[in-house]
Amino acid sequence: MSDDTVNITVDGRTLPAKKGQMLIEVTDAAGINVPRFCYHKKLSVAANCRMCLVEVEKAPKPLPACATPVMPDMIVHTQSSLAREAQQGTMEFLLINHPLDCPICDQGGICELQDVAMGYGQSASQYTEGKRVVFDKYIGPLIATEMTRCIHCTRCVRFGEEIAGIRELGATGRGENVRIGTYIAKSVVSEVSGNVIDICPVGALTARPSRYSARAWELRQQPSIAPHDSIGSNVSVFIDGSTVNQVVPRDNESVNEVWISDRDRFSYQGLRHAERMTTPLVREGEALVPTDWSSALARAAAVLTPTPGSEADLGTLVAPHSTLEELYLAQKLTRGLGSPHIDHRLSQVDFSQAKADPVMPWLGMNLPDLETLNAALLVGSNIRKDQPIAALRLRKSALAGAEISLINPKRVPLNFEAAEQITVRYDRLVEQMHALAVAAGCDLSALEGAPGDAQVSTQHQRIVESLKSGERSAVMLGNLAAAHPARATLLYLARQIARATNATVSLLPERGNTAGAWLAGAVPHRGPGGVAADREGSNAAQLLAGGARRYLLVNAETDYDAASPAAAAQALHDADGVVALASYLSPTLASTADVILPIAEFTETFGTYVNAAGQWQTTKGAVAPPGEARPGWKVFRVLAEALGLEGFGFDSPEAITQEVQRACTSVELNNLLDADDKLEYPGSLAAPMVRSGETPIYRTDPLVRRSQPLQKSTDGKQAFMSMNASVLASIGASEGDAVTIDQGGARAVLPAKLDEAIPDGTVWVPMGLYETRTLGTVFGEVTVSQGGELPGEPAITAVPGIAGGQVKEAV
Amino acid sequence: MSTSTNSAGPNASGLRQNQVCYTTLEYEEPWSYETYLKIGGYKAWQKILDEKLSPEDVVQIVKDSGLRGRGGAGFPTGLKWSFMPKTDPKTPGAQSYFVVNSDESEPGTCKDRDLLRFNPHALVEGMLIGSYAIRASVSYNYMRGEFMDEVYARFSQAVKDAYANGWAGKDIRGSGHDIEVIPTLGAGAYICGEETALLESLEGKKGQPRFKPPFPAGYGLYGKPTTINNTESVSSVPAIIRNGPEWFKSMGVETAGGQKCFSVSGHVASPANFEIDLGTPFSSLLELAGGMKDGIPLKAVIPGGSSVPVVPGDIMMQVNMDYDSISKVAGSMLGSGAVIVMNETTDMVQALRRISRFYYSESCGQCTPCREGTGWLYRMLSRIVEGKGVPEDIAKLEDVAGKIAGRTICALGDAAAMPVQSFVKHYRHEFEYYIEHKRSLVADKLGQAA
Repeated sequence: MSDDTVNITVDGRTLPAKKGQMLIEVTDAAGINVPRFCYHKKLSVAANCRMCLVEVEKAPKPLPACATPVMPDMIVHTQSSLAREAQQGTMEFLLINHPLDCPICDQGGICELQDVAMGYGQSASQYTEGKRVVFDKYIGPLIATEMTRCIHCTRCVRFGEEIAGIRELGATGRGENVRIGTYIAKSVVSEVSGNVIDICPVGALTARPSRYSARAWELRQQPSIAPHDSIGSNVSVFIDGSTVNQVVPRDNESVNEVWISDRDRFSYQGLRHAERMTTPLVREGEALVPTDWSSALARAAAVLTPTPGSEADLGTLVAPHSTLEELYLAQKLTRGLGSPHIDHRLSQVDFSQAKADPVMPWLGMNLPDLETLNAALLVGSNIRKDQPIAALRLRKSALAGAEISLINPKRVPLNFEAAEQITVRYDRLVEQMHALAVAAGCDLSALEGAPGDAQVSTQHQRIVESLKSGERSAVMLGNLAAAHPARATLLYLARQIARATNATVSLLPERGNTAGAWLAGAVPHRGPGGVAADREGSNAAQLLAGGARRYLLVNAETDYDAASPAAAAQALHDADGVVALASYLSPTLASTADVILPIAEFTETFGTYVNAAGQWQTTKGAVAPPGEARPGWKVFRVLAEALGLEGFGFDSPEAITQEVQRACTSVELNNLLDADDKLEYPGSLAAPMVRSGETPIYRTDPLVRRSQPLQKSTDGKQAFMSMNASVLASIGASEGDAVTIDQGGARAVLPAKLDEAIPDGTVWVPMGLYETRTLGTVFGEVTVSQGGELPGEPAITAVPGIAGGQVKEAV
Repeated sequence: MSTSTNSAGPNASGLRQNQVCYTTLEYEEPWSYETYLKIGGYKAWQKILDEKLSPEDVVQIVKDSGLRGRGGAGFPTGLKWSFMPKTDPKTPGAQSYFVVNSDESEPGTCKDRDLLRFNPHALVEGMLIGSYAIRASVSYNYMRGEFMDEVYARFSQAVKDAYANGWAGKDIRGSGHDIEVIPTLGAGAYICGEETALLESLEGKKGQPRFKPPFPAGYGLYGKPTTINNTESVSSVPAIIRNGPEWFKSMGVETAGGQKCFSVSGHVASPANFEIDLGTPFSSLLELAGGMKDGIPLKAVIPGGSSVPVVPGDIMMQVNMDYDSISKVAGSMLGSGAVIVMNETTDMVQALRRISRFYYSESCGQCTPCREGTGWLYRMLSRIVEGKGVPEDIAKLEDVAGKIAGRTICALGDAAAMPVQSFVKHYRHEFEYYIEHKRSLVADKLGQAA
């Protein structure tokens, strides 16, 4: 027995415990049940519910197991008459003002209060006075409140303060009049807010989208993996018959702990959107018409089968949230047809320095290691919105004293205090990174044309110092860096800074399976496992600029995913043939596709996802896809057959995964690869006005784009042109005015929004929106002017053969 | 109730009064700096600085004096001070705080208010000495929100005087010691008199007690080692240093030294604050307060603020006013020294209902038993008073009180439970009468007598 171990006796059993451990941790580990409400293993100890009172010998009164540290030779009774009487007393108090409306409560059947009341409550109450009633407040489209049921455990309050890092919920009033609320009437906007639904031990906070739709005991449960960011949060899917009813987190300490983002939780609401396709569609004249699978496959094969010499006319674009199997089969099919043109990097614009691309962009560490960094520099990352769960981990480092600095084209919202935040116009990111590299004394020999007089500020020096002095530090590149026109230069400078400061280069893959896409070989210069391609194909930008005559689109919605949606739409219009494997209809697809094969979405298909840390996670389908839609891997199998291709005769999806695994056996993850060619230092632009932007959190893939509750939340409303007060004044507009943005002839009109987080000379216009699908690339020179006609609500693209009204509205 | 402190008032019993805290009362402007100097003010602090007494020496003197906490719990003050770390306050990162609890909110208690009104310098000097003894460079006096007018102004002026005369601040009188004295105001919540809720409030947070351990001596204000003492305890220290621990000890009893301020209220002829020797018989204190008002016989006394058990008058007349006697003879507590005297016209059910309403209003709402139970108690008592009681109610009152007592983070739960338990124990027949006859036994008796 080591020095920090003590023995205690609980209910007659001798249990080893670590010094300083709370009693409840020891009993939990030993499987001894002590009832509790306020205690939660991931939250600070509040000791306010008084449900876990136990008898400790020699203590004058019962003590809360959650807040009583173990002492050597402590003798504890959790079931003695004193303990039971104390627990029953608390239970009685908790129930006197609780409405006991279990028959109409969504929590019924999965309620901690109900469960504990069965064990510790009386069948009848001796309380005969009036009960407390608390009026509800609307706190947004995701969380429904019924605050009369609240037992004031403050788990939700502590979650906000301690985990999410924004204090959205709090307790006001005192005594019986304590109320949990948002202080002032406002919506909860945290991107991880839904976790309070899980930790609420009663039915006070429930999931608004699924409220009143099913009873817990009617639902089946299936494990799954959320495909919306590079974490791959583990989830459980609750299924009502054949419909997904709820998605909740599944514990996995190495991935998402016990939390998930709201995106992972509520995306399933998009599964039955009116744009969902349930039959194959083929173009007859101008119109798309429903057809059967065999006709559709025949048409698809006709488009995709090359005539001799035209093999390389085919360009395949596969979205990076697709499953590893879909990504792999897409490249196998494309290359099998003789075309080298395959890419998943739909929103990327800078493809230079291809040799320096790692086999797979990775975090450079395991996910839990994000919690123990001493310093970090985030370059081009809106981490809270892009990778919510990674941000929660990084926040723990910050709370422990890590100095985390950021360089971004806008000031991003954070849930921790940044050491330094440098916010500059996007075309000056390189200049800032260059100054840092100079401050760090980097070897910059591969960079040509850099200014000899880099403006190194004390801020730069402090950032370099923090990276150098930290035992574990990281230079992290996020979505804004990946989409940046000088992506390769930023990556080069990040690598050099990391080398000079002994930091880790950490890449945050942009989408749910970006890492998987690289491993599967869904890039034009590398095959599966990262081996160099026999023939290097065109990249996504080249293909979307008209670099192919025939297109195969897999899960790709060019209107929202392409770096330049206007150019992509033109390329597809001009094409000789377009075949799409997709779950939803989108405007350009509806007007250009010759054949659309409906495929399965999240929860509906077998699939593997590779996360930022290189963890492969495979999930089975939990429900059947709607109508005639089929899992993507099966569609590839029959399509290959129709095309007469060999090597697609998989009798199970696992066989596909194994084939990718075999290709990846010798993969070594390394973010420090160097290119042979030199880089040209890109100077900043002379343009007085530029567009900057990002793909907002709820526009990242087809499913979340169609989740109504997410779209109705604060983060879902992004159709604005944001700018600071001086830019707003310079174009003579007021907040809310229509403003026209002109990008080399591509135009859009959006309402102006005042946002001081946006640097000078910049309008922030997101990509991935219905309203901005007519525009060019997200970074670039623009002109803006007050006026124009604001677009109405985004139109739903009608799916032929399906009556409207399938949109499941949030309650 | 009248709260004028009795300075020269009727002293028929010839009791020794106002030796420790109310020492300036016989002067014009008893609160002024000049007046304080006349009674030997700041001599104690000067003695410590001049004679270079070590913090340990000061703690030992306070220990030897037998001073016990005057806020309610009666914990030995010197012993409390000795729990603080012995780190030099000038060590980088070392910071301790000395906090005075002037959130005097216990119903019936008004001794600290008069102390702050009439002898604020005693507290300022006590804070300087206390801070020195525990090696704190910052001292806060947290006063209840309702003190924002006269009391706060008087104390703040005293602090200014102390700074102006070089008793506080940086490098005090060339000694190299730095001590800041800072007056602060609460916002009017009983719970902020609980020491850890006070710390939360002082930090700008919602006043809710912290779970202990850790105790403030280890993790207090802003997470730093902190000592919290009652106003009267701290104000007693200068006199102890000035006159010696033996002098102080000789005024008390074996287990507790000194004089104690009692706030006598209720059905007495001259309600007031009285500072008398610990161990003085209650009967003498009653006499000092002019005896029972209008000669109506004594029925009951709450001897230490509304949260302590009520004591029937006949038992109380055998009690001496010190910690042990009240606890052993009467089964109650000296508490804050608020002596609430009730005569035979008092309806004990209504009295308890009023006390219960107070705790119901003042519960912070954090712990389940207190949040839910205090309202339950008040509603049951209201129902009984309104003639809607049922026979099970008495057992239910005892049951609910028993489920609150000892089950909460702080002592407010006990404070809400103890009056219920003691009132029902001693006056059960009044509750039974209410339930059976739907009206008050006391009122009926008075009606018959008239």
